[in-house]
Amino acid sequence: MEWETVIGLEIHAQLATRSKIFSGAATAYGAPPNAQTDLIDLAYPGVLPVLNAEAVRMAVKFGLAINARVMRRSIFARKNYFYPDLPKGYQISQYELPIVCGGAVDIVLEDGTFKRIGVTRAHLEEDAGKSLHESIAGLTGIDLNRAGTPLIEIVSEPHMRSAREAVAYLKKVHTLVRYLAICDGNMQEGSFRCDANVSVRPRGAEKFGTRAEIKNLNSFRFVEKAINHEVARQIELLEGGGRIVQETRLYDADRGETRSMRSKEEANDYRYFPDPDLLPLEIDQAYIGAVAASLPELPDQKAQRFMSEYGLSAYDAGVLTAGAELADYYEVVVRDLGGHPKLAANTVMGELSGLLNRDGLEIGDSRVSAHGLAALLKRVTDDTISGKIAKDVLEAMWLEGAPADAIIEARGLRQITDESAIERAIESVMAANPSQLADYRAGKEKLFGFFVGQVMKATAGKANPARLNELLKKKLGG
Amino acid sequence: MTALHELSVAELSQALRTRAVSSVDLVHASLARIEQHQQALNAFISVLHEQAIGEAERADARLAAGETGAIIGVPIAHKDIFCTRGHRTTCGSRMLANFISPYDATVVERLREAGVVMLGKTNMDEFAMGSSNETSYFGPVHNPWDLERVPGGSSGGSAAAVAARLTPAATATDTGGSIRQPAALCGVTGLKPTYGRVSRFGMIAFASSLDQGGLITRSAEDAALLLGAMAGFDERDSTSVELPVPDYCATLEQPLKGLKIGLLKEFFDAGLDADSAQRIHEALAVLREQGAVLKEVSLPNLPLSVPTYYVVAPAECSSNLARFDGVRYGYRCDNPHDLLDLYQRSRGEGFGAEVKRRIMTGTYVLSAGYYDAYYLKAQRVRALISADFERAFHEIDVLIGPTTPTPAFEIGAKTADPVTMYLNDIYTIGANLAGLPAISVPCGLVRGLPVGLQIIGPHFSEPRLFNVAHRYQLETDWHRRAPPGFA
Repeated sequence: MEWETVIGLEIHAQLATRSKIFSGAATAYGAPPNAQTDLIDLAYPGVLPVLNAEAVRMAVKFGLAINARVMRRSIFARKNYFYPDLPKGYQISQYELPIVCGGAVDIVLEDGTFKRIGVTRAHLEEDAGKSLHESIAGLTGIDLNRAGTPLIEIVSEPHMRSAREAVAYLKKVHTLVRYLAICDGNMQEGSFRCDANVSVRPRGAEKFGTRAEIKNLNSFRFVEKAINHEVARQIELLEGGGRIVQETRLYDADRGETRSMRSKEEANDYRYFPDPDLLPLEIDQAYIGAVAASLPELPDQKAQRFMSEYGLSAYDAGVLTAGAELADYYEVVVRDLGGHPKLAANTVMGELSGLLNRDGLEIGDSRVSAHGLAALLKRVTDDTISGKIAKDVLEAMWLEGAPADAIIEARGLRQITDESAIERAIESVMAANPSQLADYRAGKEKLFGFFVGQVMKATAGKANPARLNELLKKKLGG
Repeated sequence: MTALHELSVAELSQALRTRAVSSVDLVHASLARIEQHQQALNAFISVLHEQAIGEAERADARLAAGETGAIIGVPIAHKDIFCTRGHRTTCGSRMLANFISPYDATVVERLREAGVVMLGKTNMDEFAMGSSNETSYFGPVHNPWDLERVPGGSSGGSAAAVAARLTPAATATDTGGSIRQPAALCGVTGLKPTYGRVSRFGMIAFASSLDQGGLITRSAEDAALLLGAMAGFDERDSTSVELPVPDYCATLEQPLKGLKIGLLKEFFDAGLDADSAQRIHEALAVLREQGAVLKEVSLPNLPLSVPTYYVVAPAECSSNLARFDGVRYGYRCDNPHDLLDLYQRSRGEGFGAEVKRRIMTGTYVLSAGYYDAYYLKAQRVRALISADFERAFHEIDVLIGPTTPTPAFEIGAKTADPVTMYLNDIYTIGANLAGLPAISVPCGLVRGLPVGLQIIGPHFSEPRLFNVAHRYQLETDWHRRAPPGFA
């Protein structure tokens, strides 16, 4: 039987506020355990939560960015369960009335077509602390630094049909939250993480299969691997005559598999009810308008602009706008260069990305600045050096930190554009290779490349390639 | 000269500002009386001798420096539900018997800034859950009018302490009648302000949507003096209301001519003790003589207030009390062998029976499959009750009726049957469900026991409530009567 995979994601994005969602404690990552907690985070008797307005603004930004409805009235609810890293014994979240309802995110599939993934809702909630089972022998430590950190939980529709689509959607949301500067997107530190609801059904069936929820997915690679593993597990089980049970499964990255955490029957009854300590959150149109006016250019808009303004392909525009910093870098290069957007795109996506990947750096940490790269490309467009030489110069700039012109001068890399010099080189190559010349003239035209190579060798690669081609063709033709 | 303990807050204010007495003298006198009667009444959980004297010295210094605040140097007691920095704050529970609060409740902070001196922390039903002060881990409080009887609850310690003239005033909290009912049973004045008028920050939560801090005093005038310092918006409590605090004393004496009083039909039902009803009617006659107009009104949904309350309050409490888990502070069982054992035994041993009963009730009504039938339905009824009140206040200015169905009952009389106990709050719960202010004032005795007259007003009508109660107290002396043996 042919199976169809159905995936929905629940993404948790930590909002980049300075203080927590209901207390004044700081949210910075990496402080000593429990250093960033106040009485509210510790759930002392008598303390009360006060909503952080900045967290609301960020959630509204997200809602607007995915063309969702920002609800005029939303309600905070308590999700009740006992766990030591949940000091109040309940998590303040939103349940029946979330702040954001019904948006969509477009992704590009491998074949270049667009697919729209629906977002059911996004709601504000607080993060829990952490239980540290390893650090103290025989005991469990509790670190409440993370407790009360604001999150938006972004719940998608079950619109994805493969692990690849799920990753594309996750990456797109990742891009969006960083564009909006509402989340640092750091997956290692857990500021951006997701759970996947995965089921399979016979292709063509309307009814969804029973789903499993996979938790603990904190990298794009794990999301893909975990989903693929889970899909294979479910298909194998069904084809063997078994049935799927609704359950929560944990992804074990070391073993590359998912394993059962708890079944539906063991699931908590969270006893949600409206939090009486917090008034309903009321948002008016003027506020929404002000937030909308503050939105930056979003990735899709930017990609469209790159296509129309710079003549880039959809693919290139997509790659260059995947991160706001990368897009900004690119645009600085083009501006400095005064045009040549394709040359800039190819260099940024090609050589520069290669160097960044090689050294494991983000664009923000690039050893060659956008201005530096533009200065280099300017030497290509004004024929000072060839594109090929430029690659070497970039590598040298990367390693030595020197500007392009200094490297070009120091190494004597200026290309030869003087026709007589090139002609002299051609003539000596022709004289040194009489038999090849005879073969070429007899019709063996692919020897043209051989002559180009020889002349380049003779000029140490500095001959202007266009000029060389032109002159060589003329000379060889006799 | 009148003994110091017989003076009202208003009189003390005068005496302190004219330097006729010092705050230190007052505090010494109060501490001596507390010590003298603690064994018989058990009204206090903690008495803060040294700190109180220190605060009194500072108050005297402020007065000497010419400060004119009306309540500088006045001693009061705080219900042990308000967190007080550096001191044990128990909420009447074993769970917090060892809990030293690292911070002050807003109410405590504001009153301290206004210059009052904290004598100690008063006894209360455990986590404010009770109507008789019998659920306290620190033992029952005895009613000064009859030591065999309950003082009411949950603010039983505050009411008994004020009635027995141990302190001129005490803070209290009211979730379903916990200020007004003990005030009525002890023959003192009890004010529950409008929900949101007084910050709940630092007041240990029982049922967040119903809890409201207030006062137990001997007179409405005293309550008016103190409320001005306690009330007001607090950015640390999102449910506190951003409205200016009026001068509650300015309007105390306004004439009552033309005041439209609604007689709550549902309050004069078969459950009301006939002699108590008689005292209420006598009080109404006093008000009528001053020009008030009486009109019977009906709030048809009000009889549903007890079942509604006993769904909403336990639901909220089941969640509010989840933080007491033995992990970070408070009671922790010995040698837990795992997490579940830690939770089960810490909570099992740390909470008393009534608290556990309400946590279980609340957990049940919020559970999947029961939420709609109980919690949601109760919220709908609550809205209907609020609407009933709102309709009534279109026609009348204040509602008046009894505070409780009967005077104080004997200790132990109702402990076996929680529902009978819950019915003691039948007349007080409505104001909590609707968030309305209400005051109880003493209006006579039945078989030697005090009876309370309850006045309920629209939201933020505290000035009107004080005015009606004060005019009544100008014409009567029930509020001046001390229990025999405590004069």
